[in-house]
Amino acid sequence: MVNNILSTENLNLWFGRNYVLKYVNLNVSDKNITAVIGPSGCGKSTLLRCFNRMNDLIPETHIEGKVKLLDDDIYTSKMDVTEIRSRIGMVFQKPNPFPKSIYKNVAYGLQIQGKYNKDEINERVEQALKAAWLWDEVKDRLHSPAMALSGGQQQRLCIARALANRPEVLLLDEPTSALDPQSTSKIEELCLELQKSVCILIVTHNIAQAGRISNYTAFMYLGELVEFGPTEKVFTVPQDKRTESYLTGIFG
Amino acid sequence: MSKYKEKAFTTITYTAALFTIVVLFALIYGLFREGLPLFKQVSLTEFIFGSGWYPTNAEPEFGAWTFIIGSFCVTIGALIIGIPLGLGSAIFISEIAGNRLKEIVKPVIELLAGIPSVVYGLFGMSAIAPLIRNWLNLDTGLNIFTASVILGLMIVPIIASMSEDALTNVPKSIREAALALGSTKMECIFRVIIPAAQRGIVGSILLGLGRAIGETMVVLMVAGGSAQIPKSIFASVRPLTSTIAAEMGETVMGSLHYQALYALAILLFVITFVINLITELFIAKRDKQ
Amino acid sequence: MKNRKVLNFCGNGFLSILVVITILALCIFLVRIFSLGGKVLSWEFLFTAPRNCMQEGGIFPALAGTFWLTVISICIVIPLGILTAIFLTNYGKPKWLLKVVQIAIDTLAGTPSIIFGLFGMAVFVNLLAMNVSLISGALTLAILALPLFINSCIEAIKSVPFDFYEASLALGATKRQTITKIVIPTALPNILTGIIVCIGRVAGETAPIMFTAATFYTRRLPEGLKDEVMALPYHIYALMTEGTRPETQVPIAYGTAVVLLLLVLGVSAAAVIIRSSIRRKRKW
Repeated sequence: MVNNILSTENLNLWFGRNYVLKYVNLNVSDKNITAVIGPSGCGKSTLLRCFNRMNDLIPETHIEGKVKLLDDDIYTSKMDVTEIRSRIGMVFQKPNPFPKSIYKNVAYGLQIQGKYNKDEINERVEQALKAAWLWDEVKDRLHSPAMALSGGQQQRLCIARALANRPEVLLLDEPTSALDPQSTSKIEELCLELQKSVCILIVTHNIAQAGRISNYTAFMYLGELVEFGPTEKVFTVPQDKRTESYLTGIFG
Repeated sequence: MSKYKEKAFTTITYTAALFTIVVLFALIYGLFREGLPLFKQVSLTEFIFGSGWYPTNAEPEFGAWTFIIGSFCVTIGALIIGIPLGLGSAIFISEIAGNRLKEIVKPVIELLAGIPSVVYGLFGMSAIAPLIRNWLNLDTGLNIFTASVILGLMIVPIIASMSEDALTNVPKSIREAALALGSTKMECIFRVIIPAAQRGIVGSILLGLGRAIGETMVVLMVAGGSAQIPKSIFASVRPLTSTIAAEMGETVMGSLHYQALYALAILLFVITFVINLITELFIAKRDKQ
Repeated sequence: MKNRKVLNFCGNGFLSILVVITILALCIFLVRIFSLGGKVLSWEFLFTAPRNCMQEGGIFPALAGTFWLTVISICIVIPLGILTAIFLTNYGKPKWLLKVVQIAIDTLAGTPSIIFGLFGMAVFVNLLAMNVSLISGALTLAILALPLFINSCIEAIKSVPFDFYEASLALGATKRQTITKIVIPTALPNILTGIIVCIGRVAGETAPIMFTAATFYTRRLPEGLKDEVMALPYHIYALMTEGTRPETQVPIAYGTAVVLLLLVLGVSAAAVIIRSSIRRKRKW
């Protein structure tokens, strides 16, 4: 019996007049990797951003329906949005470390909460960097600039930064599309390891990647959640014609 | 607790922003408060169009027309000098100069834009004016001509730097198209590039215009200071800004003369406000394109 | 075709002449100031007071006066400017308020400096009875510099990539935390450039301080905010227009001009250098 840590109920979203998400009902299980795939413009990134309310930053956004973390609707919750965001972390397509030291980047999420002392922060920074498989590479230069790292290292740093908050969910928005193949495969392996402790929801335009790492796949098309299920099933016996065309279109 | 910090921060920023509005209103209020009372004694048309300014007469007269003409002459003169030199430099930098020359000249122009006006005034007064007086056998070198030269020189960096930006922003493809059709370099510049950059260029001229009209120290030191309608470009004049600066030190607070000077300031403020408005609308139109 | 070639040649020639005239004029200008002024420069000139009714001696009180006027007005402008810029770039609601503030800034930016002088006189010197003093002058200069600094800060804040905002918010930071911990620190070098540009501007202004702070005939250094001060730009003006002994006073004026120019140009040059070193170091 799988645990649904994230779910949406009849989620509809408009940007101004644009109807972007249409009656999306998605259940994301804990301690698993769920991939969201689909052609450009299908709404997968928008869906992802609903889960940590980053869409709030876009003016004229209108949402109907529910988005739940466990049983709590995050749009009507008593929880402050900043707390939601520390429980649901996000890594972006283009690595975006702050122009600060490696240490300060990872420590940021903890420092802003103001409730950890120096030792606790040190400990969690180390744990986060280890979990992101970056510790060995940077342990001797924690206070050097983060922006001097390579692209792949920067992205792992961003993962570490998000992990420092010990989130329950990690949202990954096409995390490897700006990286070279080696860094990409390293991050894919990292995800496979991280799913043991954190629920991972990954948006990717790379079907092969979804096939490689995810347990569940959601296929979106024109704002609708067309198909959802265990990855192997979706890939081998897609139920919907549109899913099939998309999967074969790329392969074929 | 942290909600309180958020609120406090938001409040501080809003207060700071409101402060700028308050300052503007205080400025307008201050000017009008001190200057409007004049119009109880002097009518608006008399003020603007009258050409007698005799504050110390038994029956004082306050006609600003000579000053308006003075400002006008000096500004036009400054543009006549400043536009060709400024625009010419801009074209040279953006179209003709090589990259290395550009990297030297651009910062130099920026530096020159920062020279204080009183230094220009010093130069005009003690170096240029005697020169002109001797060359042309005049009574005095402090006149419209000299003031235009100095003021023109002063606005060259303003016109040059903004025009150069406008010219550089003309897409490479347009230049290439013109040259590929067989134009000479000059034809390309004057028939294609300048028209394409015209909004930015005109914007820079308007900016220079605004600066010239509002300039005080240069005209105070170099334009001569006689309140009369000029009969030639070598006549001495007194623009609005000079009058205010020159006479303010000698008036009694609250006296009619004092009010008249503030009324001149109101006039100046309105003129520059209108010019700025036109400049803004002009530049905004360009941005919309 | 030949005609066109001739025109092209003439055009080139004409432009070159214009540029040469411009450069020549500016060179003559600077050479004249520096050569006449340089003759008078000495330690004594810089650090002693004027003697003999401003006819001889040094300019130290003017230097001190300009220093204090600049420092105090910049200190007032910095917090106001940064906070207003934060409002305009990050808060900006309601929309009409945003518009009004922008109009206020643009109007103030385009106002002639003599008008600020009159304002300062009416409000600080008379209404608030601060008299012609250091503080009246500094406040007047602050109001003159405010719109310029605000615009610099706006540019500085806008140059911070949106990526950083996003990343900070996604980690659970509030808007305030994002601004104070990420945006402002990242924008700081550009804000610094803005401060430096303002310093150059404020130090060179004459009209705003003519009736609010400056005096010609004092040999003392300002002891408090309520004292009148001498100032470099005003000193030049007064020497040239109120001086009674041109043979000694005109050179002093040139010397003062050199000091002022070195100050202002030095400050502008520093800003240009900082800005290009930021651009080189920037990795985003």
